[in-house]
Amino acid sequence: MNAANLAGLCAAVLIGLGLYGLITHPHPLRKILAFNLLGSGLFLLLAVIARRGAAAGLAADPVPQALVITGIVVAFSATALAVSLVLRLFEAANDVSLRAEPPATPSEGASS
Amino acid sequence: MIIAPFVDIGLALLVIGVAVWTSFTREAFSAVIGYVAYGLLLTLVWVRLYAVDAALTEAAVGSGMTGVLLIGAVIRLRPTQSLILREPLGLAAKLLAGLLSGAVTIAIAAVVLNLPAPPPTLAPEAAASLHTTGLGNAVTGVLLAYRAWDTFLESFVLLLALIGVWSLAQDRYWGGAPRLAGPSVASGPLTFLAQVLPPFGIVVALHILWVGADAPGGKFQAGAILAAMWIIVMTARLAAPPSINQIWLRLALIVGPAAFLLIGIAGVGLADGFLAYPEGKAKPLIIVIECFMMLSVAATLGMIVAGPPRVEALK
Repeated sequence: MNAANLAGLCAAVLIGLGLYGLITHPHPLRKILAFNLLGSGLFLLLAVIARRGAAAGLAADPVPQALVITGIVVAFSATALAVSLVLRLFEAANDVSLRAEPPATPSEGASS
Repeated sequence: MIIAPFVDIGLALLVIGVAVWTSFTREAFSAVIGYVAYGLLLTLVWVRLYAVDAALTEAAVGSGMTGVLLIGAVIRLRPTQSLILREPLGLAAKLLAGLLSGAVTIAIAAVVLNLPAPPPTLAPEAAASLHTTGLGNAVTGVLLAYRAWDTFLESFVLLLALIGVWSLAQDRYWGGAPRLAGPSVASGPLTFLAQVLPPFGIVVALHILWVGADAPGGKFQAGAILAAMWIIVMTARLAAPPSINQIWLRLALIVGPAAFLLIGIAGVGLADGFLAYPEGKAKPLIIVIECFMMLSVAATLGMIVAGPPRVEALK
């Protein structure tokens, strides 16, 4: 088994772990964390594909590698926005539960 | 090398181990710390796959910046920890989620082991015309020459994320300054770190920017390091975060994308089209873009981590 295949299998496990965490964690911050785990697994998969594409004296195909760099920065942007939304939800509702509120409970008013 | 397979296997097990711990640990704070460690370990896997540019980005942005952001959030969200206990997921739902995730993992693993051979690659095309750009780093070539559109739009994505973060500010704080999570009074070791580290960080960032044309590095990695230095100084309370309506801040945020846009438009008249570079001028133009972009990336990342304004504007 070469390094690329091994990293590919590692990526598959990471994607599965991230997906499981995304579904099962009730806390939105943990969901964001799990989503990042999933994303990093996908980026690793792209790096594996880049490594397999080594040719013309380059150790890896630079196109997927460049895509990964763009992807990491975009993933950070999305994470930052998601974290800010969770923090704002906490400010407004004093809770971060994502469960649908039962209609009988009077909802806490937004503070702004 | 005989030892290399063992390093790879050990590294893979370590990465998966930390990822499992990050996923299943009860404390959100431990999970965030685990995620930062995981990101740094993953960086080593990237290096083993000869993706050094991506490894630098993962270490600086994926692990470092995201880590700072999440640590700040987890401190603020500490009162919500009990949510995990209040809303437990049923065993059946967990089992179903486990089955689904396991199926996805097995499917991807099967794909990995059956990737087409010989693998499709764009490396020969990327290498063949690299000399026309004057660059030595093929990844920078892809980012700023062949696929400049992606990078151009990406610079606006960062800006959009910041606008999104700012737009979550409460009305009374609009035009004010962000406030970072952490100790409200300066602590000795942190102040010391914030005084000693930035000079080195700035030199390292400029070096990474400069060698980015020919070796691994570039504006995103350099910008992230500069932003990290800024965040350390702000966290240590040596400098307050700026008010979001400061003109110099707004200029720093847009100067990179603006330079990219102007050079891109100039390409319509002087070269083949939008974002095309004139013959023989590619490298200097790319370095100009990278310099301005580094400044904007640093300012944007720093302000994103600082969060929406939480201090009322001075009247």
